[in-house]
Amino acid sequence: MRTLAGSARAHWKQAIRTMSAPNKNYDPVEVKALSPDEIERALASALAAIAVAGSLDELKAARLAHAGDRAPLTLARAEIGALPPEARAEAGKRVGAAQGQVKAAIGRRQGDLEKERDERVLIAEAVDVTLPAARAVQGARHPVSLTAELLSDVFVAMGYEVAEGPEVEAEWYNFDALNFPPDHPAREMQDTLFIARQDGLPGSSGIVARTHTSPVQIRSLLTRPLPLYVVSPGRVYRNEASDATHLAAFYQIEGLAVDEGLTMADLRGAIQAFVDVLFGAGLRTRLRPDYFPFTEPSADVSMECHVCRGASVKPGADPCRTCRSMGWIELAGCGMVNPRVLVACGIDPDRYSGFAFGLGVERALMLAHGIGDIKDTTDGDVRFSRAFGMEL
Amino acid sequence: MRVPLSWLREYAPIPEPADHADIARRLTAAGLEVESHESVGDIDGLVIAQVQAIEELAEFKKPIRYCRVAASEADLAADPQSLRGVICGATNFAVGDRVVLVLPGSVLPGGFEIAARKTYGRVSEGMICAPDELGVGEDHAGIIVLAPDAPLGADFTAYAGLRDEVFEIAVTPDRGYAVSIRGVARELATAYGVAFSDPADPEPADLALLGSLTEEGPDVHPASIGDPGACDRFVLREVRGFSPSARTPAWMWVRLARCGVRSVSLAVDVTNYLMLELGQPLHAFDRGKLTGPIVVRRAAAGETLETLDHVARALHPDDILITDSSGPISMAGTMGGLATEIDDASADLVIEGAHFSDVGIAKMARRHRLHSEASYRFERGVDRELPLIATARAVSLLASLGGGAVVPGCTHAQVPAEPVTISMAAGYPDAVAGVAYGRDTVIRRLAEIGCAVTQEVAAAPTIAPWRDPAWRTDSTRAAGAVPAKPEVQADTVAVLHVTPPSWRPDLTDPADLAEEVIRLEGYEELPVRMPRAPAGRGLTAAQTLLRSASRTLAESGIVEVHTDPFAPVRDADSLGLAADDERRPAVRIANPLSEDEPFLRTTLLPGLLRALARNVGRGFPDVALYESGLVFRPRPGAPGAAPILATDRGPTAQELASLAAALPDQPQHIGAVFAGDRELPGWWGPGRAATWADAIEAARAVARAAHLALQVRAAARMPWHPGRCAELYLLVPGVSGEAEVRVGYAGELHPRVIAAYGLPARACATELSFTALAAAEAAGKVAGPKLSSYPAATQDVALVVGSAVPAASVEAALVSGAGDLLEEVRLFDVYTGAQLGEDRKSLAYTLRFRAPDRTLTAAEASAARDAAVAEAGRRVGAVLRG
Repeated sequence: MRTLAGSARAHWKQAIRTMSAPNKNYDPVEVKALSPDEIERALASALAAIAVAGSLDELKAARLAHAGDRAPLTLARAEIGALPPEARAEAGKRVGAAQGQVKAAIGRRQGDLEKERDERVLIAEAVDVTLPAARAVQGARHPVSLTAELLSDVFVAMGYEVAEGPEVEAEWYNFDALNFPPDHPAREMQDTLFIARQDGLPGSSGIVARTHTSPVQIRSLLTRPLPLYVVSPGRVYRNEASDATHLAAFYQIEGLAVDEGLTMADLRGAIQAFVDVLFGAGLRTRLRPDYFPFTEPSADVSMECHVCRGASVKPGADPCRTCRSMGWIELAGCGMVNPRVLVACGIDPDRYSGFAFGLGVERALMLAHGIGDIKDTTDGDVRFSRAFGMEL
Repeated sequence: MRVPLSWLREYAPIPEPADHADIARRLTAAGLEVESHESVGDIDGLVIAQVQAIEELAEFKKPIRYCRVAASEADLAADPQSLRGVICGATNFAVGDRVVLVLPGSVLPGGFEIAARKTYGRVSEGMICAPDELGVGEDHAGIIVLAPDAPLGADFTAYAGLRDEVFEIAVTPDRGYAVSIRGVARELATAYGVAFSDPADPEPADLALLGSLTEEGPDVHPASIGDPGACDRFVLREVRGFSPSARTPAWMWVRLARCGVRSVSLAVDVTNYLMLELGQPLHAFDRGKLTGPIVVRRAAAGETLETLDHVARALHPDDILITDSSGPISMAGTMGGLATEIDDASADLVIEGAHFSDVGIAKMARRHRLHSEASYRFERGVDRELPLIATARAVSLLASLGGGAVVPGCTHAQVPAEPVTISMAAGYPDAVAGVAYGRDTVIRRLAEIGCAVTQEVAAAPTIAPWRDPAWRTDSTRAAGAVPAKPEVQADTVAVLHVTPPSWRPDLTDPADLAEEVIRLEGYEELPVRMPRAPAGRGLTAAQTLLRSASRTLAESGIVEVHTDPFAPVRDADSLGLAADDERRPAVRIANPLSEDEPFLRTTLLPGLLRALARNVGRGFPDVALYESGLVFRPRPGAPGAAPILATDRGPTAQELASLAAALPDQPQHIGAVFAGDRELPGWWGPGRAATWADAIEAARAVARAAHLALQVRAAARMPWHPGRCAELYLLVPGVSGEAEVRVGYAGELHPRVIAAYGLPARACATELSFTALAAAEAAGKVAGPKLSSYPAATQDVALVVGSAVPAASVEAALVSGAGDLLEEVRLFDVYTGAQLGEDRKSLAYTLRFRAPDRTLTAAEASAARDAAVAEAGRRVGAVLRG
């Protein structure tokens, strides 16, 4: 601010400065400054000042005094117009030669002084550059958030869109529309936190803390145009005591594709593409039959262990902690969208088919970064997030 | 479920030797996940022996017997005192009993080496074994006493079938048939391509005993079905004159133990054995304890039943009961009643086998929190044909192992059920898999799982025959109209009519059949087709904004955390919320993990404050934390319950609205908390403590990420310090001018709240509604600035105002008064002092002016400054400081 203000004021001064008027009448007294003696004197004085300048600052002062706007030679040059035309050329040559000498002297002296500065002064100004300078407290993103964003981005890059939904969800979205029939044992695969009725009356509210992000599939199918490719990250809830691998509230990410002519080959392709991006190309994936009410057929997805790449399975090999020497790591659940889900969303399953997959975000993070205890993710200890910083 | 290979092999004769890892792999690939495997019973030196003499040694603290045992027919004739002597601590046997003797030199499970040794003053040359010592179950109540016909001197390991491979299989809830040796053996036979022999095929010997399976027996205890919705088949058979003391043969109790079932008595063991083998739960009544005909019905109001576990249960009107003239005698398919239980004197047995409603049993088991082996199977679906067969095998086994006579025929009540036939285009499994299996393969695989298949050429049937036919997808779908498929199929294709077997009630849809074909052909054979990228639109504006906001906070030195979303009851009080505060009503969990935390959070602050205190406690005094997440606020006047909509059609817009109306508000919030230094002290000088201003600036930074200018004014709101709390709001253009939208609060926390959460003094906090912020984010693009390269004119002014005048008002006045030439206004100093006078403060501003098209003159700049000062004077009484 101060600098700006100062420079602005200098500018006005410059703007209102009176300039020399064009010459009309030659007055020898006026142009005394252009006499050879005067110029010689000014030159000598300038060269002397330059020679004694002992620092770059002193040289700068000398330059202002002897080569600046108010320097004798500069002012003398401005008076050339006052000479009779026939005298101008010679006077101009004289002044120009003197100015040239001054400029050259300044340049030489500048070079000398800079050299000296580089050799002596800058060395004397040395500081301890290893001094810590972190005045700011270090911030960080949460690695579970970063993992969810990374996984989302993998699919966004494949043309998917990110869909979201509420965490407190109607049972119809969480179960019925996903082909969990009432009282089917499948509902008990997911220990559910039920929401009490707001009016305090007994009986079911028909509302749960969503047990998976799959209700977002339903919401997407109901509201988005077909074909649709969405991925939905978010927090889900289970009535489950915490331990090293379980939390009552954790994050999932699910993908859903509904289009004409999608097959299990497309499902395998999507999963392979995603494993390639996350863990690097070259790891095989494997599907095995499983059961989820909202997909039929259903499968669980394993990938080759990214740490030992299956080597730990061989007899006598070093054990692998990541895959417990199984060679494969269970990564996700998946399947072809059950036609009953499509019908519940008003979509014609004779025309459209789809696939879906889902995985635990914490689990992916823990696998990729060797984290042993999932509880670290909700503890709020700054050391956990700071270890990851701004990106994974 | 635990399954021994020896048992599977009876019905699936896979080639010897079988590699257990290969078996596990093939079963898992077929959808029966093998979770673990155990090789058991590899014990040498077990001999069937007979106790010939017992000498009671009384001088010890517990009863000790010195037994002489015969280990061969020749030994029986010998002088008992010349026979092998064995010390035994059990007393559940007598002279003449056949027992299991382990010889010196053998090693029992657990590495227990047997040696001849002197103990209790006698030489013991071996040991008489209890079941647990052989690694069979956990029973250590006494030694094993074998049936009298156990072959003397024979190797017990071979006799009892001890050597085995036991697999633990995780059966998914859709595969009820696989909760049985029968079901697993069928899959194993298919996986190895060997012939499967069905244990449910009636054996000729049984039929000879009973006549045909369905033959009525007038002498069998009578029964009827009172509620056809509860039970569609009920079968009773009887054995009379059964010997209650008959022993369960070794092979049977060994197998039960391998499956994790404890041996109880022969009658109970036989019913359990058949349940494990066939999957059909059976129940045995003592005929003498029955009173009049049996009726299967729902409970009447006020009825109670004391079940086998000695719990008196109040019955619910939906409970399915087995009753006689005395009232309830059993909870159907769940647990029997105590009063009609067989005991150690029961000689006349009535064996019940039934097919109950899967939903009815599931509800009842859940209602009473009574989950039994029987209810587990009924919930998952039991073969409707099994009650006739399983009861026949039960009475036959009981009669042959326990004596007694089978009463001819049976009591058979049933509600007729038609088998389901599914029509499917033969190419449908191919279309699901993306593989050309071909019709022959599809038919062969369906036949392997027991389906009857016929075929014809016809129009392709729908894959969703259950769909509400009145529903039209194109007219009522909530969004995104989908053209309906033409009603009439022009093309004809090969159509399969598939009737699933009675043991596969889970097969109802073409998709189920497709899965069967695909899993049997092998998931590993599925090709990989790399994705075709659809035209996505990337992240939404709100999604991008949340990431920007989050990154902004993190870059400014605040650490993102995730905290527990469950809230304790005390939080509202700890925060000092007023009785009518909108953050007090909370969404309550009906079955919380902890009774202390029954709510979902209505604000992010308590979780953040707890995390802040935790970090400070762990030695991090200079901490700033933030979290973004949903908070949950009940909607006043919302309906008590969300309806459960139909699933055989899409919902209507009104139906969806009824669901939405019942859900609580769930705005996304961002919260941040601060303690200690915001900038650290060091060799460069002192640190700077985090203050209320940092809390507000964090909120402003988030708003800036959305290109929004956050407005701030003083407010009093808990949990903040009443003099250091800012209300944060936006001015949003609306139809009638600018409207204020409140987005949150920030400032220093109230000392009482700091005390309640154990925080350092002067801790600060921010909470704002990201949902409100994102909604206000300008819809249009940011207009590119026009940069004037003309010089700026800068003027400083110091204004004296009343100390209660907010700086924001002074600044607003300056901006308004200065006009278009003002490029930036910046407060650079605040001063209070005696020379200004009481209740006055001086605010010093730098005003930067610039014109787009010319260099400003000093006079122009001064005129703009004077106008700004004049407006400040007019609005807030500001005077230039002299």
